[in-house]
Amino acid sequence: MINLISKFTKVLINGNKYYILWVTFLLVLVLIGLHAYSRQLIYGLYTTGMGDEVSWGFYIANFAFLVGMAAAAVMIVIPVYIFKDKDVKKIVIFAELFAIAAVIMCLSFVLIDLGRIDRMWHLIPIIGIFHWPESMLTWDVIVLNGYLFINIFVCFYFLYKKYHNQEPKTWIYLSVVFLSIIWAPSIHTVTAFLFQGLGGRPFWHSPLIAPRFLSSAFSAGPAFILIVLILLDKFKAIHISEHTIKRIRQIVTICLLINIFFFFSEVFADLYMPTSHSINLAFLLGVKGKSILTPWIRLSVALSIIAAIMFLTPKLMKNNVFVVIACILTDIGIWLEKGLGFVIPGFIPTPLGDFVQYKPTFNEVLITISVWAGGLLLYTILVKIALPIINGEIRKE
Amino acid sequence: MGDNKNKLSRREFLTAAGIGAATCVASAAAISPLLKLTNKFSLEEFLQKNYRELTPEDKKRIFKRLEREISKKYGVKAKISDPPPLKGVKYAMVINVGRCIGCRKCVYACMKENNNSRSPQVQYIRVMRMEKGKIDLETAVHDYPESEAGQTDKYWYMPVQCHQCEDPPCVKVCPVSATWKEPDGIVVVDYNWCIGCRYCLAACPYYGRRFNWAEPQIPKNELNPDMAYLSNRPRYKGNAEKCTFCLQRTRNGRYTACVEACPTGARKFGNLLDAESEVRKIIDKERVFILKEELNTIPKMYYVFSKA
Ligand code: SF4
Ligand code: SF4
Repeated sequence: MINLISKFTKVLINGNKYYILWVTFLLVLVLIGLHAYSRQLIYGLYTTGMGDEVSWGFYIANFAFLVGMAAAAVMIVIPVYIFKDKDVKKIVIFAELFAIAAVIMCLSFVLIDLGRIDRMWHLIPIIGIFHWPESMLTWDVIVLNGYLFINIFVCFYFLYKKYHNQEPKTWIYLSVVFLSIIWAPSIHTVTAFLFQGLGGRPFWHSPLIAPRFLSSAFSAGPAFILIVLILLDKFKAIHISEHTIKRIRQIVTICLLINIFFFFSEVFADLYMPTSHSINLAFLLGVKGKSILTPWIRLSVALSIIAAIMFLTPKLMKNNVFVVIACILTDIGIWLEKGLGFVIPGFIPTPLGDFVQYKPTFNEVLITISVWAGGLLLYTILVKIALPIINGEIRKE
Repeated sequence: MGDNKNKLSRREFLTAAGIGAATCVASAAAISPLLKLTNKFSLEEFLQKNYRELTPEDKKRIFKRLEREISKKYGVKAKISDPPPLKGVKYAMVINVGRCIGCRKCVYACMKENNNSRSPQVQYIRVMRMEKGKIDLETAVHDYPESEAGQTDKYWYMPVQCHQCEDPPCVKVCPVSATWKEPDGIVVVDYNWCIGCRYCLAACPYYGRRFNWAEPQIPKNELNPDMAYLSNRPRYKGNAEKCTFCLQRTRNGRYTACVEACPTGARKFGNLLDAESEVRKIIDKERVFILKEELNTIPKMYYVFSKA
């Protein structure tokens, strides 16, 4: 055991200067956020930009985005097992490690959003009161924790076997991986239902919300993994073939196109013959009134379209630099769409027709950044430990 | 050599220990604001069960403790009661928008009666001012200045608060059942059980729920000492709350504070199940309407246009 700890400590503290800088940078952000969160605990959520009108803000918006990212890991898993894609197989582990970090970020965003985190135990079945199956939030608790557990198991099992110089037993590995494939869409479907089920909020009360969650997640998630893989390849940590990159790129492209299509379908239904229920979208897009979110959502649409054009231009895709740029544009575009363009506009106008504006406070932004930093830090550490095991540099003697 | 490869060198060990120690110190510094935590942690409060699972003895003990705490904090002798719902009663309210002059007397009477936080201000009632000829919430204004109340030739006024839905979305979505509908139709919140997720605020179609974004503040001399556990006792930072039809009054046969305060008699309150009650007579005889009826939450707040 001590041997194992010292092995991993050795791996963690030895790295090139980029690694050291990156980790220090993230650690500092986490600490700053911890400080900001302590302030929020003392003074209450008054320290955020939220209020009775816009009662969920930046935290829940980032949560909605990250749920998609977490689920998207499976998009990489599917081709491996359905198309027997040998080459993609090697890299599944990086996607699943990311799923772990992303789910933990999701859970953190929900927790920091609670007014009374000290009463969290009320949510635990049996000792508390778990309002299941009525409350969609209880469903979300189940599927998110289940997904976390499945992915921890898959990663741990795979790495454990590799460490012991054995091949993972196909039937164990496969059955759990299939479970995670079935499970993954459930986490953002349930999260979409959380919003979609609210009859009093016309902006969310649309059957297209869940499909849009899926399409946006399945473009943003694999796009992120693609960035990671190309970087790891560049730093010679692993080798990624052209074929793999192409496969993931195709997934991103198709889902991105579907996502843009869904968006315009919704815009058309709402704005061709505007009813009183179209008001949220009209306000968001700047068709009616003046929302501070308008430039952001327009930027989001523009970025998505530019990214899609890049992906569809074979000449550009020959160069990985452009692949990475297109992926970054996709991720920013979808973060803007889910982050600013989905949760917050659902509240504006309020059910009583109040056109309020919401802006996160500095404290709120610091906390949000630190959750992201914490998640990336966790991911960095997981990858750093997994790499030498996968490459066979660390083995049980 | 192979053995050494996995062992930490002295330098590496010191580095690791140094990083660990520095992180601990920095974390401690980061969470230093927590030292300002004034409210003492109480294990009893922490472990308190949901109201609906409390035995009569539990309730007695808890009410005593709360009375003690409130009396200490506000220097007023507080009494916490727990009036049970009356049999054969379903409360309803009718608001005559033909009479409302938008003076907001109800808004402030409610705030006082129910010990709502004054800073930041928590109001249960919102009066919407609409232009004549329109029933459109999107063009309605709620923050008109005091001086623009009573202009009934140009505008009409519609107060909105929790509609005490028969099929309340807020209750359905609450993950911990901290909010529920009582047998007399009043939707209440257990302020000690709510975890502050605000799902209910998102679910309510009538903007009926409020949240304590900061520690609620009430001037000592303005505290209403006559309180009930499920309604107007002081709230906490980080929990949801709402109009309770003043159950501390109405379950004892009195009118709600807003009904009493209304100078024009625009508000009527009573038992929906009693065919002789004032509200039933209006609902049976007049042309009443329900706000956002299409949402089917079956509110027990009725509106009527009537000069009488
Ligand atoms: S009006 Fe809102 S707060 Fe009141 S019962 Fe209906 S959903 Fe709940
Ligand atoms: S804020 Fe409180 S009452 Fe409202 S849904 Fe959450 S736990 Fe329930």
